[in-house]
Amino acid sequence: MTEAELEAYMDASAAVLGIAIAPEWRDAVRANLALSLRMAATVAAFPLEDEAEPAPVFTP
Amino acid sequence: MSDTAWMTASEIAAAVAAKKVSARAVVEAALARIADRNPVLNAFTDITAARALARADEVDAGRGSGPLAGVPFAVKNLFDVEGLPTRAGSAINRERAPAARDAALVRRLEEAGAILVGALNMGEYAYDFTGENRHDGPSRNPHDTTRMSGGSSGGSGSAVAGGLVPLALGSDTNGSIRVPASLCGLFGLKPTFGRLPRTGSFPFVSSLDHLGPLARSVGDLALSYDAMQGPDEEDPMCADRPSVPVLPGLEQGIAGLRIARAGGYFRTNLMPESAAAVEKVAAALGVAREVELPEAARARAAAFLITTTEAAALHLERLRARAGDFDPDVRDRLIAGAMVPAAMVGRAQKFRRWYRDAVLRLFGEVDAILAPATPSSAPLLGQKTFVLDGVELPVRANLGIFTQPISFIGLPVVAVPVAGALPVAVQVITAPWREDVALRIARHLEATGVALAQRPA
Repeated sequence: MTEAELEAYMDASAAVLGIAIAPEWRDAVRANLALSLRMAATVAAFPLEDEAEPAPVFTP
Repeated sequence: MSDTAWMTASEIAAAVAAKKVSARAVVEAALARIADRNPVLNAFTDITAARALARADEVDAGRGSGPLAGVPFAVKNLFDVEGLPTRAGSAINRERAPAARDAALVRRLEEAGAILVGALNMGEYAYDFTGENRHDGPSRNPHDTTRMSGGSSGGSGSAVAGGLVPLALGSDTNGSIRVPASLCGLFGLKPTFGRLPRTGSFPFVSSLDHLGPLARSVGDLALSYDAMQGPDEEDPMCADRPSVPVLPGLEQGIAGLRIARAGGYFRTNLMPESAAAVEKVAAALGVAREVELPEAARARAAAFLITTTEAAALHLERLRARAGDFDPDVRDRLIAGAMVPAAMVGRAQKFRRWYRDAVLRLFGEVDAILAPATPSSAPLLGQKTFVLDGVELPVRANLGIFTQPISFIGLPVVAVPVAGALPVAVQVITAPWREDVALRIARHLEATGVALAQRPA
């Protein structure tokens, strides 16, 4: 993802979420988002079976 | 009784039970120390003096005696304390109604005779490893007050290492008990996920939140832990398992235990003092074997992801309405967390079970695993980066690199402090529900002088 794409994703997400990002927060939010997405890519790169169960168990 | 500041909870309880000292005298001494030292340490945000003295008089009158009779303690300010708004390190939560009753663990400790003397500073909403706080100022490290206490249970570390109280409760989602235990040189217990009820505590990440004690001796961890165990229907994550008291077996030693150290991921990104602490503990335990926690770096990434997204969901309404009232360091991460695609979080939860299964297989071969608790001893307050393996990295996120892959799958851990110019701790990690084994090893290290909660100069 390019910087411009990240920027656009951040702005669109903020609109969807209804969160107003002040101009002076933008750089820090973008940096944190980039880091979170890198973490997400690291996790997603790990191959798992379709049948793999997630961790949380709900007991009715 | 001339020096109550460094007495353990066990010693205080024994002295009170033997009527060598009154609970009132113990509490008055603790309140005097807090008045004297807290202006520097900034560990306490609330001091419950009237309540504590009234409670002390009850104990002295023979009501409410128990194994912790007369022991002053304090709790991270995300625990409900009747009559106080549960601020959880935030400005926003100060507008909440005062708590109607104490948190479950506060009630359990007081039922055992302990006496709450106040609530403790913490990183905002527990999303922190530094102990710094924009609203209340940082809690300070008693070994060097220009340094971090560690977070997010920073006030808990500062209060116990500073000799203000012998026992404090903290919470640990990714390392928030173990990091301050390491930086402040204390014993800390993060029990198995689901072991202690979180009822009446302000949440951070429901699927990762743990509560536990910090103390200056292993005996005090065991004593308080035994008083706090047991199911609680009000916390759906609390396990429906009977208590397994650890105190009776604490002195069993390490004979027959198979102990290994964690390799790979846990051998990198270490400052010399942290590497030396692991070496010292491993040598003292005669550890020759090394095991690899598979995919530990990915586990840390998955814990990071679940944390940032669940926390964002918790705080979403506040981020919409009043983001400017958050601590900026917390706010910017929460906003970013809200933007992570849900499909990626689902992957993290699936990976969590894979990793759990893989690590649990190791416990078929070993009973305990040693790992560093933090990459370094306490950084300076305000320090933003440190250099690990030649790479400059943010302090705030990276103090927890060794704790995150462990709490991610809820394993019990005792943080064991090693003394030095500045202390630093080692994690003793065991299989789920085997707090007894981790505490036995910690006690052995304490009894042989390898582990020590050193008194600040």
